[in-house]
Amino acid sequence: MLVDIQNLHIGFESRTGFTPAVKGVSLTLGTEKLGIVGESGSGKSLTARALMKLLPKQTRISADALTFDGIDIMSASEREMRQIRGKRAGFILQDPKYSLNPVKTIGSQVAEAWRTHKGGSKRQAAEAAVMLLEQVKIRDPKKVAASYPHQVSGGMGQRVMIAMMLAPDPELLIADEPTSALDATVQAEILRLIEELVSERGMGLLLISHDLPLVSHFCDRVAVMYAGRVMEEVKASELLSAQHPYTRGLLNCMPSLLHPKDRLPVLTRDPEWLK
Amino acid sequence: MTIEIENLSISFGDRQVVKGVTFQVAQGTSFGIVGESGSGKSTVLRAMAGLNTDWSGRIAFSGEAAPLKRPPAFFRKVQMVFQDPYGSLHPRQTIDRILSELPLVHGMKDIDSRIAKVLSAVALPQSARFRFPHQLSGGQRQRVAIARALIADPQVLLLDEPTSALDVSVQAEILNLLADLRVERNLTYVMVSHNLSVIAHLCSHVGVMIDGHMVEQVTAEDLRLGQVEHPHTRELRSLSVELEEPA
Repeated sequence: MLVDIQNLHIGFESRTGFTPAVKGVSLTLGTEKLGIVGESGSGKSLTARALMKLLPKQTRISADALTFDGIDIMSASEREMRQIRGKRAGFILQDPKYSLNPVKTIGSQVAEAWRTHKGGSKRQAAEAAVMLLEQVKIRDPKKVAASYPHQVSGGMGQRVMIAMMLAPDPELLIADEPTSALDATVQAEILRLIEELVSERGMGLLLISHDLPLVSHFCDRVAVMYAGRVMEEVKASELLSAQHPYTRGLLNCMPSLLHPKDRLPVLTRDPEWLK
Repeated sequence: MTIEIENLSISFGDRQVVKGVTFQVAQGTSFGIVGESGSGKSTVLRAMAGLNTDWSGRIAFSGEAAPLKRPPAFFRKVQMVFQDPYGSLHPRQTIDRILSELPLVHGMKDIDSRIAKVLSAVALPQSARFRFPHQLSGGQRQRVAIARALIADPQVLLLDEPTSALDVSVQAEILNLLADLRVERNLTYVMVSHNLSVIAHLCSHVGVMIDGHMVEQVTAEDLRLGQVEHPHTRELRSLSVELEEPA
């Protein structure tokens, strides 16, 4: 088991009191593709960040188990975490515009990621960078390597991010809304690329998204989160016919091209769901 | 209010981003523009709203050509709602202050009752009036943005991706609100979005843009049935349909 999360609680301490955000989440992940879906504020990103120990200081966190490949994250030191972050588990964020350094060329940033984890000379790193860019299906990798982030499109930027994450051959890829800043056509391409690379390399994938149809097409299993809890866990192929009223509610209130509705049904939130 | 756009071209420096776009919108209907980022769809909308003064061609509301520099009265008739309710509201102003801005500028008298009325029109509680934007949720903020656009009783609303920053559950509420307001107030909408299902839900006619050209105009019905001609429209449609079908 690559990732084991049991009864995870996360909350924030503040001047005015304690605010719980994740309330008893349990998830496991092997070498498969697990999707987490839910609305904003449901705690899906926090869960992923807790796994990488990337939460701010005022966060209070407790869990019966929080392990990555058997390593206890709760008690791991910053030094041990640095061996995991990037090297064994890659993290792809939403918007490449804010994740890439604007004043360094793309090639040098990918090379830096490669060299940090693999060592080697600058020259080897530069060559590896071009190769990595080629692997994420960039047509002219040499030219892209020499460009700055503002000179490439959003989709290209996201490919670069993926190339950087792949550099140290991680076992787990966490993708937090990797395509929500991209166009529909590019979105499909990027997800297909992630899917391909993950299956090819036998990695685990944790895909976080608010887009239910998208997740159902690109994952094996899906956990639906609401208000800090996992409402249900279903096979991705069965997500669109899920039974839980919350999941059904989310699916129903989406406008559909093929089945037009005069008025969109609105989600009515049942306090029962939280019991 | 009918809207006519004829041969609209817009350049930023040497780069032409909108290349001769033409379309008409009938009174009380909605026209949707879809396209990918960089296709020029928002630029068209901004030129219509008077936010871009460097265009050529003809933009006419009710048969009357709009001048490059719009007179103040224009903004009572045409208003715009932006994509990001987090970025489009002043963070240090109360909702009351945000909504008062336009009536103050236009020297309107009954500001107090206008604000009360417009808040209930967008289904916000009166208690939201003296809150700050950060005290409201994303959906409530977008309601404030719509209220701000409605406060001068406009006839046209220009909607730039009004729901793409919102969760689907909140998106449904905002789309229902927009549909209701159009009927109640006999509004004419021009909406820009990259989401084909959202556009087809609210708009009866759809224009597809790519690289500054409007390559096809179809009815929402034809779009549903797949009676479209341009390959880009087909591509956008098939992507949208693919996601709706179970994997």
